[in-house]
Amino acid sequence: MRTVRGKIIWVAGPAVKADGMMGAKMYETVFVGEEKLIGEIIKLTGDVAFIQVYENTSGLRPGEPVESTGSPLSVTLGPGMLGSIYDGVQRPLDVIGKVAGGFIKRGIKAEPLQKDKKWKFIPLVKAGDEVGPGDFLGEVAETPLVVSKIMVPPDSKPGKLTYVAPEGEYTIEETIAELESRDGKRSIQLAHKWPVRRARPFQRRLDPEVPTITGQRVLDTLFPISKGGTACIPGAFGTGKTVTLHQLAKWSDTKVIFHVGCGERGNEESEVLTEFPHLKDPATGRPLMERTVLIANTSNMPVAAREASIYTGVTMAEYFRDMGYDVLLVADSTSRWAEALREISGRLEEMPAEEGYPSYLASRLAEFYERAGRVVTVGRPERIGSVTLVGAVSPPGGDFTEPVTTHTMRFIRTFWALDASLAYTRHYPAINWITSYSAYVDTVRKWWAENVALDWFEQRYQAYRLLQREAELLELVRLLGPEALPDEEKLIIDVSRMIREGFLQQNAYDEIDAYCPPLKQYKLLKLFVKFHTLAEEALKKGVPLKAIRTMPLISKLIRAKYEIPNNRLELLDDLEKRLEESFEKLVLGEKLEVEAR
Amino acid sequence: MTLEKSGIEYLSVQEIRGPLMIVGGVSGVAYDELVEVETAEGERRLGRVIEVGEGRAVVQVFEGTQGLGIAGTKARFLGRTMEIPVSVEMLGRVFDGLGNPLDGLPQPIAEEVLDVNGEPINPQQREYPSDFIQTGISAIDGMNSLVRGQKLPIFSGAGLPHNLLAAQIARQATVPGKEEEFAVIFAAVGVQNDEARYFRRSLEESGAIKRSALFLNLADDPAIERIVTPRIALTLAEYLAYRQGYHVLVIITDITNYAEALREVSAAREEVPGRKGYPGYMYTDLASLYERAGRITGLKGSLTQMPILSMPSDDITHPIPDLTGYITEGQIVLSRDLYRKGIYPPINVLMSLSRLMGPGIISQKKTRPDHGDVSNQLYAAYARAVQLRSLAEIVGKSGLSETDLKYLEFGDLFEQKFLRQGYSENRTLDQTIEIAWDILSSLPEVELTKIKEEHIRKHYRKRTA
Ligand SMILES: Nc1ncnc2c1ncn2[C@@H]1O[C@H](COP(=O)(O)OP(=O)(O)OP(=O)(O)O)[C@@H](O)[C@H]1O
Ligand SMILES: [Mg+2]
Repeated sequence: MRTVRGKIIWVAGPAVKADGMMGAKMYETVFVGEEKLIGEIIKLTGDVAFIQVYENTSGLRPGEPVESTGSPLSVTLGPGMLGSIYDGVQRPLDVIGKVAGGFIKRGIKAEPLQKDKKWKFIPLVKAGDEVGPGDFLGEVAETPLVVSKIMVPPDSKPGKLTYVAPEGEYTIEETIAELESRDGKRSIQLAHKWPVRRARPFQRRLDPEVPTITGQRVLDTLFPISKGGTACIPGAFGTGKTVTLHQLAKWSDTKVIFHVGCGERGNEESEVLTEFPHLKDPATGRPLMERTVLIANTSNMPVAAREASIYTGVTMAEYFRDMGYDVLLVADSTSRWAEALREISGRLEEMPAEEGYPSYLASRLAEFYERAGRVVTVGRPERIGSVTLVGAVSPPGGDFTEPVTTHTMRFIRTFWALDASLAYTRHYPAINWITSYSAYVDTVRKWWAENVALDWFEQRYQAYRLLQREAELLELVRLLGPEALPDEEKLIIDVSRMIREGFLQQNAYDEIDAYCPPLKQYKLLKLFVKFHTLAEEALKKGVPLKAIRTMPLISKLIRAKYEIPNNRLELLDDLEKRLEESFEKLVLGEKLEVEAR
Repeated sequence: MTLEKSGIEYLSVQEIRGPLMIVGGVSGVAYDELVEVETAEGERRLGRVIEVGEGRAVVQVFEGTQGLGIAGTKARFLGRTMEIPVSVEMLGRVFDGLGNPLDGLPQPIAEEVLDVNGEPINPQQREYPSDFIQTGISAIDGMNSLVRGQKLPIFSGAGLPHNLLAAQIARQATVPGKEEEFAVIFAAVGVQNDEARYFRRSLEESGAIKRSALFLNLADDPAIERIVTPRIALTLAEYLAYRQGYHVLVIITDITNYAEALREVSAAREEVPGRKGYPGYMYTDLASLYERAGRITGLKGSLTQMPILSMPSDDITHPIPDLTGYITEGQIVLSRDLYRKGIYPPINVLMSLSRLMGPGIISQKKTRPDHGDVSNQLYAAYARAVQLRSLAEIVGKSGLSETDLKYLEFGDLFEQKFLRQGYSENRTLDQTIEIAWDILSSLPEVELTKIKEEHIRKHYRKRTA
């Protein structure tokens, strides 16, 4: 492609105009100024290109050169991504740190993947084989947790392999196969490039019937998200978006995790970097960092790169999906991404729609969430992979009627509504169980029945029903006081409080409670549902409510989530037995008393 | 594109509006370049290029455009961004909002000259803050611990004692068991003279003034200068923290005045306004201040920020506290109700939060092992007490159960014994947690479900019947 050379004619913050750009293309990457800052063309009129610059533009002046690169903004996909931390345009922050120290200087060029590192490649095909896009060519054990599959790039044509490298050590630039197709010869390396704004292809979508187990009770049990599903978690500041997303990143049962910090705090990235190497994946016992990729474009880093960061992340996620893996991507916060969009749009002097956001906000959000899915990938062997997307939303003033929240709600199927009033009382996760919802409850039901307990759905229903009844009753209490209710209704409020405290609340900083395996979730829930059933019967048999309320076992039930270790679940069965016995005693005691009278 | 000294002077001012001045016919001017503006009378002011192209430069004049005329005003483009000379000698000194000495002494000799905008800290190079700072204030230490390198603002309202509280924290803050170089940087942004004087006196009385630098943009100083004052203060703070190894506490008051200056510039640029007329990029702009707090791997010092802001009409959803809360690592919220009840410090603990307390202190077991549980229980119990209080107002106490009444009593104990303390009462964390156990023991033991049984066995005061 021909290089187009133009000149800067205007600079304001992250936005630059250049003329002499005839021949340049939309979304093409360009080098801006003497320092060759990275930018992307986002509008073309005549020979004037409008460019968003991914680095600080301080000191840039009209007259400096602009040079097109001929390719769209792309990521490099290959072994070496796991365990890394990148900025919004896939520059490795550890490499930048080595060059520049504690602060990010601009104009530093750094390769996304180490070029000199040798990877052990094991071929799965041989010269002469017919292969098509997405077919496995070989494997590289990238980390002890994840084997990277080396695939025919999805934009190749089918053809015949004329060369396959023997098992051995290769860098990402060395040729490991040569493919002859209708398009001619193409040499294939361990890594290839893919434009971030273009979704990677797949064969077909599958039903969302497998849950992503997050180890968070209120999510898995009440408002599950499936593999390949979409969720958003809106909430005012300090209500628990980041902590919840961190919990997902730590404990979810997906193969690979992407954490996109998009316009948020530097210390939150540092928290992940400090903690994850020490945390063990519950399934394999390996350090979590071996399956994690961080993309960090914090609030004080250039705003245009913030806009790019979620595309960078989701494209890398799709690449692992194509290997046949389940991938989870959490984005914190999509509102900051939307604001970046708004800021650039404002500089372009586009006609704003609601609250200054550009009119294409909704379609951009739709495009992003559309990249989620559980799919049959392209290529052989036939395999299933998924990308699950969860986005935090930070509505101004905590008001969910603002544009980013309302548009997002149109494109997601699980809604975890954070509630400031719950957060103020330190009910964490502050997910409101009345306003939240999940469209996957019915689709994942079969999985729970087959893998955890046949009556999971029934227990969930009972508990959920109690909570809904409680909400209605609390309305009455607000007017009449709790003592005005009949005992059965007081009981509902009591048991609901136990469920809130003993089940819904989950302390992310507690060693045991941070992660709750599915079976423990089920057993805990069953305890509370059973408590209600037994207590209701006892009331009917004349046991006074006060006797039930003062049962010493109650505080044991509530503490069970953190006092009973996750590998001692039989203790929950014991607790269930003691529960039954205590009620038997209560009822018996009551009977004796009545007889004595 | 390093800025070579250009020093080109133009007389071609085309337009002046609000704090902005538009200079025509320019060439070779850079975005963000520093500009020296000279009035017809020879008075000099500073400005900065916020947009340049098609032969014109839009200059934001820090001291305001009052008295500038189209004719006779000169603009000299200085070929560099705004910088300030910094040195350790600046401790013990008082400066104006642009960093010029106000105390009659000469400008300290520069050890380095730094860009006031700083550079973003590489998140990969951050060290996660986890040193507990004891402020001596129970509501903070016990329930909202402050950590070295944190940014923890005080959300206040007109007339509430935020200055008293900030000054008390500045005086009392220590890291138990560590004697290290510390410094206090105070940036007054559009505040009244007597508020600034109060801080100065308080620092003098405690002897901390020798380790403090004050930057004062007062209420009658130019409004647009407010955009620079916090940046100057933070630039010195970064120098002291990361080059000189100091543990620096930066107090900025009042961010609301800063945000208003930002709004003024935005309005003059005729930008599409965001909520309440504040610019859409205010989040990013505020972040460019607050994110300058932190610690860096391998470097000794730390930069802790305590910005103060007054919430317009006590409204926490107003864009200024709202966007601040979205950036900072928690907030200390002051309550008018508690203040009216005569409680100092009037901290609304339910709305307050320290995000670094859980991961930085509790998970890492930096303090007493019961600290986290006790804090959670205090929150749960006090929240219940507050809810029951409003219920009792409607249905009367007779409509409440026995346990409910115990909670009401706990609520009063919490406010009177735990929250309330003197202006110079400096409690150790141990004292704070012991007070917490005293009042928690007024609740039946079975209610303390947030606390592990082992801690209850050890600390719960059983009443001898
Ligand atoms: N599951 C949890 N367990 C314990 N504490 C929690 C939990 N969830 C949230 N918190 C508490 O709430 C605080 C705020 O949470 P978080 O930082 O996730 O808020 P946020 O919604 O991301 O806010 P912002 O929009 O400002 O980034 C945490 O620092 C922590 O103290
Ligand atoms: Mg957050």
